[in-house]
Amino acid sequence: MADNYDVVVVGGGPAGLMTSKKLAEQGVSVLCLEKLQEIGVPVRCAEGLGLNWFKRLGIKPNKQWAVNDIFGAALWTPKGKKIEVRTPDASGFVLERRLFEKELARDAAKAGAKIIVKTPVIAAERKNGGVEATTEEYGEIVKYNSKMIIAADGIESRVARMLGMETKIGLNDVDSGFQYEMAGIDFDDPDLISLFFGNKVAPRGYLWCFPKGKHEANVGVGIGGTRKESAKSYVDKFVAAHPGLKNGSKIIVNAGAIPVGGFLDNMVADNLMVIGDAAHQVDPIHGGGMGIVMEAGAIAAEVAAGALKRGDVSEKALSPYNGLWYEKRGNKLKGRLKRRLMLEEMTDDDFENIAANLNSEEVMKLAEGDLSMKAKVGLRFVKHPELMRKMLKHL
Amino acid sequence: MIVNDPKKCCYCGGCVGVCPKAAITLKETRIEIDHEKCIECSSCVLICPVDAMKKVDGKGKGAKAGE
Repeated sequence: MADNYDVVVVGGGPAGLMTSKKLAEQGVSVLCLEKLQEIGVPVRCAEGLGLNWFKRLGIKPNKQWAVNDIFGAALWTPKGKKIEVRTPDASGFVLERRLFEKELARDAAKAGAKIIVKTPVIAAERKNGGVEATTEEYGEIVKYNSKMIIAADGIESRVARMLGMETKIGLNDVDSGFQYEMAGIDFDDPDLISLFFGNKVAPRGYLWCFPKGKHEANVGVGIGGTRKESAKSYVDKFVAAHPGLKNGSKIIVNAGAIPVGGFLDNMVADNLMVIGDAAHQVDPIHGGGMGIVMEAGAIAAEVAAGALKRGDVSEKALSPYNGLWYEKRGNKLKGRLKRRLMLEEMTDDDFENIAANLNSEEVMKLAEGDLSMKAKVGLRFVKHPELMRKMLKHL
Repeated sequence: MIVNDPKKCCYCGGCVGVCPKAAITLKETRIEIDHEKCIECSSCVLICPVDAMKKVDGKGKGAKAGE
């Protein structure tokens, strides 16, 4: 016999766990199914979370998982010029994310959500006005009935596709990512995240160094999905060439694809909502998504709880989630997608010229799409008309 | 035919996300390719961060990856 819930959330990452917690807090019976055997791993993430997100989400940093304070960012040009940005907007923490996610799971469970691990959903279909999710638990087929499914099953999302929503992402909208967590290393700025740009270092993307302590960091790369060499090869080359890194140890290896564009205009269908990486809810410039997806989860949970109360989980009843999310976050991210395109068009010389002609504050304004930059770009890049054209086009 | 090298694979699921035909499934630590559905577009080969997906000669209808 099948178990019954109001909502089955598929995926126990930050999106699914936050949604489960928020649903449970609103009195909704919710089951969260995680296909892997442990919440929080593997960590497919550089683990940075900005201060703004702690405020927006009402999360208090806990020293157990907020392991390193970050006070800004260092942007490095291909030739090694550094632009240092120390602002509250660029500040935050590097997390021990697997511990953070466990805390989220504990909170969700405490709020009344039921979480099961090692339970992949192998089929989902609409039945009798609800949805039946078929899972495989230790080789045994188990079915769960619910009024609706929330698909939070990541870049490899299959559940939304099983229910007829196309969530496939095109190669131009996805980055190929690879990362080592390194220990026993020495690097310049343990209180800044460092980003390295250039077509040799990270074509159509950037290489990052997110410190987790004085001698520990996540060192990784996200590069365009249409690359010639693997993401791993770029990280390996960088580590081998960097004096402070090359003698260090690699204690974790992570890979992942990062949806950096191609937002879904419609993230709902009858009995279905899609959140998180599955809905491509990631910042197109820096590729971070933890905060974005937890916020989306909270929005989705509120809409779903309301719809369930009214006994209507049709596409129309769930669709306010689209508008609310785009209003709060999606439209801003679409704007940032334009600056991503600007970044992708940059040659190595362009990076040097930008660093030579703009200060750190102006570089950040450029990234934010601040329209006051139009006049400045027009004035300062007269000698570089092609670069000026690229910048103005995407501002 | 597209094949997955389980010795290189880090089970990140990137290939699953870009597959236009939903022909790839990520099991816990195993990639399965449905060669009946696969159109050999090589999107998965391009996205793979560790070069674990490869296009090889031959048609493998019904064959499972890593076997």
